[in-house]
Amino acid sequence: MSKPTVAIFDFACCEGCQLQIVNLEEELLDLLNLINPVEWREAMSESDDSYDIAIIEGSITRPEDAERLKKIRENAKVLIALGACATMGGVNSLKNKMDQKEVAVYVYGDSAGQPHLKSEKTQAVHEIVKVDLKIHGCPIDNREFGAIIRSLLAGKTPFIPTYPVCVECKQKGNICRYEYNEICLGPVIRAGCGARCPSNGLWCFGCRGYVEEPNVNAAYDVMNLYGKTIDDLKSRLDLFAGPEAESHG
Amino acid sequence: MAENIETDQASRVINVHHVTRVEGHGNIVLRAANGSIEKIEWQVPEAPRFFEAMVRGQSWEDIQTIVSRICGICSVTHSLAAIKAIEDAMKIKVSEQTDRLRILAHYAEHLESHVLHVGYLVAPDLFGIKSVVPLAASNPGLVKTVIRLHRLANQWMELLAGRMTHPVTFKPGGFSKLPGADDLKKLKKQLEDCIPDLDRAAQMVAGLKDKLPDFVRETEYVALAQKGNYTFYHGAIGSSDMAGTLPVRQFESAVNEYVSPQSTAKWAKWHRASYAVGALARYNLNGKYLRPRARKWASDLGLGKKNCNPFYNSLAQLVECFQVVEHALEIIEELLKKGIQTEKIMVKPCAGEGAGAVEAPRGILFHRYEFDRNGKCVKANLCIPTNQNHANIQKDFEAFVPRIIKRPAGEIQHLLEMLVRAYDPCVSCSTH
Repeated sequence: MSKPTVAIFDFACCEGCQLQIVNLEEELLDLLNLINPVEWREAMSESDDSYDIAIIEGSITRPEDAERLKKIRENAKVLIALGACATMGGVNSLKNKMDQKEVAVYVYGDSAGQPHLKSEKTQAVHEIVKVDLKIHGCPIDNREFGAIIRSLLAGKTPFIPTYPVCVECKQKGNICRYEYNEICLGPVIRAGCGARCPSNGLWCFGCRGYVEEPNVNAAYDVMNLYGKTIDDLKSRLDLFAGPEAESHG
Repeated sequence: MAENIETDQASRVINVHHVTRVEGHGNIVLRAANGSIEKIEWQVPEAPRFFEAMVRGQSWEDIQTIVSRICGICSVTHSLAAIKAIEDAMKIKVSEQTDRLRILAHYAEHLESHVLHVGYLVAPDLFGIKSVVPLAASNPGLVKTVIRLHRLANQWMELLAGRMTHPVTFKPGGFSKLPGADDLKKLKKQLEDCIPDLDRAAQMVAGLKDKLPDFVRETEYVALAQKGNYTFYHGAIGSSDMAGTLPVRQFESAVNEYVSPQSTAKWAKWHRASYAVGALARYNLNGKYLRPRARKWASDLGLGKKNCNPFYNSLAQLVECFQVVEHALEIIEELLKKGIQTEKIMVKPCAGEGAGAVEAPRGILFHRYEFDRNGKCVKANLCIPTNQNHANIQKDFEAFVPRIIKRPAGEIQHLLEMLVRAYDPCVSCSTH
């Protein structure tokens, strides 16, 4: 059987998730035995319009980028959204709550009206085309990336946690960030990062998005225990958790 | 995107729509007829992200976390520049230990980024191939050396920053988690052991140096400057066109940003129509302060006292790989001697405005913020290294193309792509 062809494309983002793929080091060489990369602009000069799997990094902020994304969708059998910008807009969504014209003038001043500087509200990939699989995080966890790609190639459903960060944080034996009087999003955010931030002495920012069917009662209990309110929690959700958080109310 | 090359005897038309093997999206457009150049442009079509507007209203405690996302490859540098600016605004003093650990973390990013650039993005040009992938089969020894160095740099970053990309442990006032003495001892051993790998990589590049075009264009070089130190973190703004330095707080009068119709990223100029930042600028300003092994390689790689070949930026990056490893070993030694002390970060937010500058792998980076009395950000201005290089890339094109215009279009295109790559641009960073 011939190896599936894979293309990686980037839109508005920091390209840090692609870097996590490079950071697989030797494991990337192993993955290259299983797949055939046909386009990856950041690493290769080759280009091809024919591929089985398209991996999309970044958010969409311009009509021309949305059109390019639609063409990629037409070409691909499987489309994967890679990282928080692609799965939910990421930090780039912070501007969505602001007046777009004012945002442009703040950055570009008198030149803001020039046609090449046009930008619209940030959209996640699934808001424009059908997404078959989301790889969460800002940045993604590259071990999870490797595992997901291998599952996909083996025809299995990749494992993506449906429980919150608190589960992994407790497994690590960390002291709860609420004990430090901090507001941590661990109770409502999807695990899979190994509780990376709380394990390094910082609260969870919510970069992997809202967990499906969050245990709201448990979150209330945590808030009550530490004298915080759900509004305190919500006030921190706009950093990363973006539109997904809003849809969960 | 597909490259489109049309050529005939009399004309040269090149449209590179998205240069490959660089961070972000840049285009090269050339039109020439009968040897006369009608148009040569470095274009930046990258989608702008508006970080300066987006951080307004955010808490002083979250700024470095947000702006780290400007750049995946220089996230440590962005976090540090933000933290320096916040500390300047709120008059926060940090301990010597924090200062040393930050520099140590920052060096990991320089090694990681330089190895990535020279080893993965530039090396294919030296071997005449399109990516590092075929090199894994044809020269596995070299690829494994590069991978070892890259992995070490990432482990080094992970130890101090808590993660390879987008640091977790950096906070205004100090670190949220400190490395242990055993961790530092292990790192010291790894760094000592990596020097033969660095030597091997440098040897390989030295042997292929003649693949870099012999193109010299004298320009203004701008970098952090501090007496006696090949600095990446401390100091004021230095320029090859100026005696003395400019305080970081006045960075806007150095960068003079403006909007170019051919770019979504702003461009910069200071004493001339353009200037260059990055490893070559640092070398040209501070080369006399290099550590011994770095100095030896600068000489062996033929950098000379001052070097004005933009393609040699990659060689200066190699020299800096030695520099950061050599200096890191001294810092670790010093930290181990004093012992790592647990510190409690006691910071209260206050109103104020401040600026911070740090050298990213690809050049000097400036951040400025203003905060209200609750520590909410009310104003931000960021000037990214690649912003400062865009105009210089354009000026290089204008000087370089007439010299190579008689060559086949494919060759011209390749040389121009190599020139862009030499700057190690972070294009998406520059349209922050």
